[in-house]
Amino acid sequence: MKTYTRPMGAWWTRNPYYLWYMLREASCVFITVYALILLVGLFRLSQGKAPYERWLEGLASPLSLLFHALALVLVLYHSWTWFKVMPKTLPFVRIGAWRVPDRAIVVTGVCAAVACTVLIVVLAATT
Amino acid sequence: MRKIEIQCLRYHPVTDAAPRWQTYEVPFTDNMSVLQGLQHVKDHLDGSLTFRWSCRMAICGSCGVMVNGEPRLSCETFLRDLFPGPVRVEALNHFPIVRDLVIEQSDFLRKLESVKPYLIREEVPSGKTFLQTPRQMEDYYQYSKCINCLLCYAACPQYGLNDKFTGPAALALLHRYNADSRDAGKAERMELVNAEDGVWGCTLVGYCSEVCPKEVDPARAINQNKINSTKDYFLRFFKK
Repeated sequence: MKTYTRPMGAWWTRNPYYLWYMLREASCVFITVYALILLVGLFRLSQGKAPYERWLEGLASPLSLLFHALALVLVLYHSWTWFKVMPKTLPFVRIGAWRVPDRAIVVTGVCAAVACTVLIVVLAATT
Repeated sequence: MRKIEIQCLRYHPVTDAAPRWQTYEVPFTDNMSVLQGLQHVKDHLDGSLTFRWSCRMAICGSCGVMVNGEPRLSCETFLRDLFPGPVRVEALNHFPIVRDLVIEQSDFLRKLESVKPYLIREEVPSGKTFLQTPRQMEDYYQYSKCINCLLCYAACPQYGLNDKFTGPAALALLHRYNADSRDAGKAERMELVNAEDGVWGCTLVGYCSEVCPKEVDPARAINQNKINSTKDYFLRFFKK
């Protein structure tokens, strides 16, 4: 039987849902680069005070600030997408006979992340 | 009576090298679905337009098409909600087109068969019914509501890019039986779950669950089985 198979070129532009998905996937690149910059900082710290301070100066450059601002936005979006789908990755969560609704799982995850972030910021500010 | 423009992707395997768009002006009332719009075209404007349908009430799963780029059951999508149009209707994405809005679905049927979508029991208690608590039923009930309409496959870009992927509906039905307390066939199905084209072919785009007209949530079934597959892999080191 003769059939026609439609091409998949630029499939991710066909639906906004796919665009958001691709943004979630692409945000990994920014998160990886951010983590690498942090690792370089750790390495510079191990080399002594002067290299570490040069690394700090580099962080204050406009390009670095722009990158970190962008990375922050993407990290927030990336985190939100994964909290949103978290219930899908779990077996049904039950407390006694009560099945915990998906929304409660998402809200708990987001609240835990916010609490951890606040704790880290407070610790960083006070030490 | 109001009129709306329906643009159909037409393809005739004998005369067309590639699909082409054809436009129809369709009069409609507020209670007319896209399916009824297509039936108006077939009955009054162009008898050659080919499409599948049966129950007209979102239970047979035959009338799935792309409506304005989204996988939809044409029987429960209303023309009034798409007014002033135009309404672009084409065959479900990611499947080969046989003719007009009719897709070739043998690939799915093979996959459906491969997941052994039936209860497997070592022994059937004679003269007894299978007992099951409401909670045990809750574990699989939503997955049992699948009507095989294939909207989830049309939503899944991973299936579009690699048709070896077992795909959302077949994997959701696989989970439906694995999660059933009466079933004893999990070991037989795990090979399919663990395969690269099994649950690991899914990247959790999640659109399959969005478009599902029966709230089956295939993305959930697949991603729960990533945990089962991981457990299956590591636990074998502890088994003799």
